[in-house]
Amino acid sequence: MTKTNAEDYLRMYRQMVRIRTFEDNANQLYLSAKMPGLTHMYSGEEAVAVGICEALRTSDKITSTHRGHGHCVAKGADFKEMFCELLGKEEGYCRGKGGSMHIADQSNGNLGANAIVGGSMGIATGAAFSAKLLGKDDVAVCFFGDGATAQGLMYEVMNMAALWKLPVIYACENNGYSEYTRTDEIAAGSITARAEAFGIEAFQIDGQDVLAVNELSQKLVERCRKGEGPFFIELMTYRYHGHHVGDINREYYRSKEEEKDWRENRDPITRFRAWLVKEGIASEDEIEAMNAAIKDDASAAVEYALAAKYPDVSEVDMHVFTDVEHALA
Amino acid sequence: MRNITLSQAVNEALAEEMRRDDSVFIIGEDVAEAGTPFKVLSGLVEEFGTQRVVDTPIAEPGFMGLAVGAAMTGSRPVVDLMFGDFIFLIMDQLCNQAAKTHYMSGGKLSVPLVLRTNLGATRRSAAQHSQSLHALVAHIPGLKVAMPSSAYEAKGLMKTAIRDNNPVVIFEDKLMYNDKAPVPEEEFLIPFGQANIKREGSDITLIATSSMVQVCEKAAEILEQEGISAEVIDPRTIVPLDEKTLIESAKKTSRVIVVDEGHQSYGITGEIAGRINEKAFYHLDAPVLRMGAMDVPVPFSPALEDITVPTPEAVAANARLLMSGEMIHAA
Ligand SMILES: Cc1ncc(C[n+]2csc(CCOP(=O)(O)OP(=O)(O)O)c2C)c(N)n1
Ligand SMILES: [Mg+2]
Repeated sequence: MTKTNAEDYLRMYRQMVRIRTFEDNANQLYLSAKMPGLTHMYSGEEAVAVGICEALRTSDKITSTHRGHGHCVAKGADFKEMFCELLGKEEGYCRGKGGSMHIADQSNGNLGANAIVGGSMGIATGAAFSAKLLGKDDVAVCFFGDGATAQGLMYEVMNMAALWKLPVIYACENNGYSEYTRTDEIAAGSITARAEAFGIEAFQIDGQDVLAVNELSQKLVERCRKGEGPFFIELMTYRYHGHHVGDINREYYRSKEEEKDWRENRDPITRFRAWLVKEGIASEDEIEAMNAAIKDDASAAVEYALAAKYPDVSEVDMHVFTDVEHALA
Repeated sequence: MRNITLSQAVNEALAEEMRRDDSVFIIGEDVAEAGTPFKVLSGLVEEFGTQRVVDTPIAEPGFMGLAVGAAMTGSRPVVDLMFGDFIFLIMDQLCNQAAKTHYMSGGKLSVPLVLRTNLGATRRSAAQHSQSLHALVAHIPGLKVAMPSSAYEAKGLMKTAIRDNNPVVIFEDKLMYNDKAPVPEEEFLIPFGQANIKREGSDITLIATSSMVQVCEKAAEILEQEGISAEVIDPRTIVPLDEKTLIESAKKTSRVIVVDEGHQSYGITGEIAGRINEKAFYHLDAPVLRMGAMDVPVPFSPALEDITVPTPEAVAANARLLMSGEMIHAA
């Protein structure tokens, strides 16, 4: 194993723990009534965002979903600006205008979370179109849930992406549920077959195995850069929390045993950690130290965000148009 | 009279109509076991089964189109659109299909369908889950639009909507689902096109829809303490619009503010102000004022969101301006 590989692995681990830690803090902010509105936790799905985003470079684009904190962290975002955004503060990535469901991080190629299910499918495909038009070899990854496969837009853009060989990867995070409904009750037939119908190569993969996700992603990203796209990946995964932080009593749609099984037997972080130790890439102590440092980072970012300023009210009519400073002045 | 929540009122209206008429069914996302995210429909699937309380995939144009077809062929669908903001996804089925079918077929076909959805900001839900988009559909001939302002209206208007043979869109205020109001036990319907004078007054008329009715009632209380007598009128349906009641009040008080949670520009407030201007011009002592939501996408930050929606204080301040006569010179 080369040194660079070891660094890559440790970064992947770190990024997964950063996502989990971010979410634990976000959930705590909600539970202590310090966060406005609701938010959707990514915990349990870390290997998907990290496995894919670690195969990308900064100029590659992603589009994200209502469950978007994981994608945002994985694509390189900082805790401080993220927590500020969740709390509606001026220093947030979107100056408090977007909040959890609309976090975008232009500097790292994150074109934004989206509160419309499937709403970003056109955007990701357009980013791939743009890369091709402008002669860049950038790739776009479209993250979306199993529930979003019911949106007609997906079929319209997959058709065009296939016709025009666009460098886009459709990454379907199949966490088994859309809101309070099981996937098999809302999606007929096979999900990968949907893409195959357009002649798009499609893969189904264990989304709790960050190495497998990353390996496949690296291959597909390289092939996209060579003009062999688009691709489709269905990543089998699980969300640990409710649909959103307020979805506490959920036994009417899924059992506690099922949740326990995924958490205890298939957790992507626990699995990868064991592998790192077994391979001698990191010791238990080193891993504990890494976890602790991330925890401290997150706490400091939360404290910072709580104390940070709200935007001045004069910002309310800014950014409506690019060329008008105050739309209502 | 007992008090029930707006949520319960809608639930009762649907249950009663479904018991009365087997062709009524509900279709939408997480409407059955989950009873919608707002829990408005809880218990209905237990009584009526999954054939009549139908959970769909997240495919709004699909189930809306399906409902239009079902409505044209003997069923009476109540389509549940989880957030009013998603109306943009179903615009073709609603506006090109449902709204026009009766007209285009020379009266041969009809689409007895109800689309129930919601409006309202200040839930910290940001720009794609907070809009009040009723003006968009009110603009399209062939669609009726109801805007309940309390549990009482929510029940009576829903029952009327289900029995109406036209496509009807109902916008509920999602902040009001847990608000209680007196609602009779015995059956009642509220006819469309009949405004409700919520509070009588003689100095100024406040015309308010849906979420803004409470705001204007509070404004009227503030004004009363200052010796200004405000009349508050709720049109209840904006299509059809009870122009007569609004015009009569405008003639009586000679000053009018129209308050609505849709964006102010090109919205309901401008439409109503225009009609009053045309039909009560010589009776007015001041220009008719419009107060809508600020013309910006709804911001997430509480510091910004709260200033985008009319408040009782802002309505009262404008009322004072109209009373002082200053607006005449400003206009
Ligand atoms: C067009 C649209 N319809 C409905 C919703 C409400 N909604 C938000 S998330 C969600 C479920 C999405 O499920 P999935 O795509 O599987 O993503 P997950 O939440 O499981 O990550 C629904 C129905 C929405 N936001 N947008
Ligand atoms: Mg899902």
